[in-house]
Amino acid sequence: MAASTRIEGIDKLAGRERYIDDLDIPGCWWGMTKRSPVPRGTIREIRFGPGVDWSEFVVVDHRDIPGPNQVRLIELDQPVLASEYVRHVHEPVVLIAHPSRAMCRRAIREIEIIVDPEPAALDFRVPPAPEQIQHGPDNVLSHLTITKGDAERALRDAPHIIEGVYETGAQEHVYLETQGMAAWEEDGTIVVKGSMQCPYYVLNALTHALARDEKHVRVVQAPTGGGFGGKEDFPSVIALHAALLALKAGRPVKIIYDRAEDMACTTKRHPALVRHRTGVDSDGRLLAQQIEMTIDGGAYVTLSPVVLSRGIIHAGGPYACDNVSIVGRAVFTNAVPFGAFRGFGAPQSQFAGERHMDRIARTLGIDPAELRRRNLIRDGQTTSTSQTINDGTDRVAVLDTAIRLADAEKNQQEDRAFNASHPYLRRGTGIACIYHGGGFTGSGEVHLASRLHVAALPDGRVEVRTATTEIGQGMLTIFTDIAADRLGLDRSRVTIADADTARVPNSGPTVASRTAMVVGKLVEDACDDLRRTLGLDPVARGGAVTDAIDNWYRTHPDREPVGRAQYRQPPGIHWDDETYRGDAYGTFAWAAYAARVEVDLRTFQTRVLGFQTVQEIGKVLNETLARGQIAGGVVQAIGWALLEECVWRDGAMANAQLTNYIIPTAADVPPIGVHFLENPYPHGARGAKGIGELPMDGPAPAIANAVADALGVEPDTIPLTPERLMELMTHARA
Amino acid sequence: MKILTPNSIPEALRMLKDGSPDARPIAGATDLLVHWPDQRTSHAGPFVDLSRIDALRGHRWTEDELVLGALTTYWDIITDPRANDELPILPRAARTVGAVQIQTRGTWAGNIANASPAADGVPALMALDAEVETAGENDTARVPLDAFYLGYKQLNMQPGWIITAIHVPRRRCDFSSFIKVGTRNAQAITKVGAAVTHSDAGWRVVANSMAPTVRRCRALEDALDRGISIASPDALIPLLEQDLAPIDDIRSTAAYRMNVLARVLFHELAPVCPFIGTTSGRNAP
Ligand SMILES: Cc1cc2nc3c(=O)[nH]c(=O)nc-3n(C[C@H](O)[C@H](O)[C@H](O)COP(=O)(O)OP(=O)(O)OC[C@H]3O[C@@H](n4cnc5c(N)ncnc54)[C@H](O)[C@@H]3O)c2cc1C
Repeated sequence: MAASTRIEGIDKLAGRERYIDDLDIPGCWWGMTKRSPVPRGTIREIRFGPGVDWSEFVVVDHRDIPGPNQVRLIELDQPVLASEYVRHVHEPVVLIAHPSRAMCRRAIREIEIIVDPEPAALDFRVPPAPEQIQHGPDNVLSHLTITKGDAERALRDAPHIIEGVYETGAQEHVYLETQGMAAWEEDGTIVVKGSMQCPYYVLNALTHALARDEKHVRVVQAPTGGGFGGKEDFPSVIALHAALLALKAGRPVKIIYDRAEDMACTTKRHPALVRHRTGVDSDGRLLAQQIEMTIDGGAYVTLSPVVLSRGIIHAGGPYACDNVSIVGRAVFTNAVPFGAFRGFGAPQSQFAGERHMDRIARTLGIDPAELRRRNLIRDGQTTSTSQTINDGTDRVAVLDTAIRLADAEKNQQEDRAFNASHPYLRRGTGIACIYHGGGFTGSGEVHLASRLHVAALPDGRVEVRTATTEIGQGMLTIFTDIAADRLGLDRSRVTIADADTARVPNSGPTVASRTAMVVGKLVEDACDDLRRTLGLDPVARGGAVTDAIDNWYRTHPDREPVGRAQYRQPPGIHWDDETYRGDAYGTFAWAAYAARVEVDLRTFQTRVLGFQTVQEIGKVLNETLARGQIAGGVVQAIGWALLEECVWRDGAMANAQLTNYIIPTAADVPPIGVHFLENPYPHGARGAKGIGELPMDGPAPAIANAVADALGVEPDTIPLTPERLMELMTHARA
Repeated sequence: MKILTPNSIPEALRMLKDGSPDARPIAGATDLLVHWPDQRTSHAGPFVDLSRIDALRGHRWTEDELVLGALTTYWDIITDPRANDELPILPRAARTVGAVQIQTRGTWAGNIANASPAADGVPALMALDAEVETAGENDTARVPLDAFYLGYKQLNMQPGWIITAIHVPRRRCDFSSFIKVGTRNAQAITKVGAAVTHSDAGWRVVANSMAPTVRRCRALEDALDRGISIASPDALIPLLEQDLAPIDDIRSTAAYRMNVLARVLFHELAPVCPFIGTTSGRNAP
């Protein structure tokens, strides 16, 4: 199918799309948040200064919360507003609202939160000192293991053991639209509207802390300017804040973070430390993988256990190895909580894994591509969780296609000559082989039991009702096309309902590369069910469908025909949460990436000269959108690999400004080659697998491997800023 | 917030005096708005918008000077063929400022008055021995740009005065080079920067982001003028340290700044100075 145009594309381009900040809500006040000045301590006093007239303001603190003071997510440990104790800098303590935003700004400065500080744990990489312990014996909040075969024994017998330690930094999402939410009460129902990925997560958080049933809470997604995971968990917090202010003020209240607040106070990608100890034979075949992954959870649990889970499941890489032992730990610190970010732990663990493959190759004197060819999973072999891969994809061909399209062999020859003669520029090529599981891990999708409806409207159109959100990825377009294609209708006859919990069923969160593959499949199923409801046979299309809708409304004018779908697990999937063994995902997308870089030895800057991606993603639903996902992911990962450094001072982000937190511009991005291979997945919409997160996994290791190739050093920590590379080269020389 | 819109220099100066000490001139307002709205309250004073004053607009070429009016933008110079031909270091520097939006609004005078140690327009002007013309209510002055900074963000200009013009000598340079090592390839603040010229007046080496103000590296200039041999980038460092004092901040480190400045300068100079580099011509990066 040719790429159809994007449904909301022109509105976005023309600036007509109305985001929550653009919505004029009559009588609406502005809300703002006063936060903890220190990473840890007991709140002694809250002072309201004389600089403003407080009678004009609505002020909310923890005592105004009708239900439990808890943000409901995986655990209930995070308070909506700190009461006696703060666990991180910028933790919300007091909320205020006023008709004027400028007055709010002034008033926030008049509030002083006085905290008796306690020793904060700020470095997740080292064991906490006794006075820093805040949970269990060691601040570890989640501990997971994967075991296959006997890694200890295999390591004892291995001819070569290769070790490496890898580190990745936090990353800010930098969605174009900052977090924002409005709330008001309407006939006894609290309505919350704003920027979000997961309306039902927000709904669940509201019913819990506001002690209301679902009927009296309504959550509506406003057009959302990007999420990347940053609007998976955090919107629950700001939604609760807006709702509390609106309830107390008795009028609508809107909270819109400015960029500085958004960057400093909301979640980021989990920093990670990964150790590898690998046994190999002289041909480079993997005999044993021993991997330890530690991630910084920050001050509250948020999504850390599942980020850790996806991280360790992807840690072994797309390779066959009979003896694997992976240990994962997420630890509490007094940092601003880390949360979901595109890739969800897998970019961190695969950075380590793919850098380590290069270290093995260099140590043994084997070509890095050849080392990978020898170890890539063949059909019939198993992953680290003992999941048998049998999808017919030729993973070696994926790699070889990338190498061919990147002209890697020719470039490497040219670069060797170039490097020998140039006074200060050095070029190199690096590759990475990656995989990414689509949808929730293990039995996650079964627990979600996602639902979706397709209704036929009196005007003859069909409406897809889903809580899956458009967050820039193109869901509106994809779902329209899937429904139109399934029912044989023109796409103008398909509409997608607003993601409004009063109107759409819970289709699960818009995360985990699950939209096209998992929820898109529900669109197909619901279309089929609509046909049944309309009394049509399973192959009826086009005119037959529209005629049946007309007929239906002639005979049942007040009953809407609705097709319903609910997730059903594809047959033959088995996962054991206890042993962490089995089919971690319904399917994986596979990819190989090649980067060519040029390092300037005067400035230690790394420029990516070219970037080639090859991925097998089941089925491309819309070529333009799919290319956009890959290219965008590569750019985001180039930022993470080379530029984006969160500078921490006492648990706070010191560079919470776009002038100093450096994301790539168009001038920092090379031409990106995007090549798709298709091997339809029978249980995804029209054969699609997940694709959104995949491109985040590969660029960082490919680039670091290219720098290693250019310079002969081992860049094991990212972001590989010029300053960090200078240090590395100085040590290498010393 | 109050914005005043004078039509002449005397009117502007009067407004600045009436609004003192909080009144501030604005030209392109690109620097001022960076911290909006965080520092709005600290920007409470009236803004005196210079942009309607015809006498400050445009640039002109005299017999021996290029005169930039205080409202001359980077774009004005980027698009002037004569500047590209005669004083190419100016358009080259201008092209590294922000991106096109900033280049068309930001002024050279604003860049000077803002007094950021990382300013990119200032080193190029300073390497051409530019002078700053300033005016107060009853007087005017002309100060060499390299004497215009007294310390971090401290100008050699009286309160209530404004910059009216920048005078650049039309001196042929047989060598000029502009170096910006930014945090990325566009929209970047300089981490290490330098402007280098050679003319009948001798060598000028000016560094930005290397000290509390943009600064000339006089020890190095002197060594270049005397043709003292310098074998490696590291050998430049003791010379640079005589004039510069880089710091660690959220953008970079002092060590990086010094090392990189030495390396970029070395590789700029080696091809044109026979006394720089090893005799074999094979130089350390
Ligand atoms: C996105 C962005 C990117 C940028 N990138 C760069 C960059 O790469 N390199 C760089 O050097 N700068 C950069 N800047 C900073 C800024 O654009 C420049 O310094 C610009 O030259 C300032 O000129 P302006 O006319 O906008 O100054 P304004 O903002 O109007 O004024 C700046 C200061 O100078 C004073 N002032 C202005 N005119 C006069 C005058 N005639 N007499 C006395 N005082 C005066 C003002 O009171 C104020 O203190 C960037 C800014 C932004 C927003």
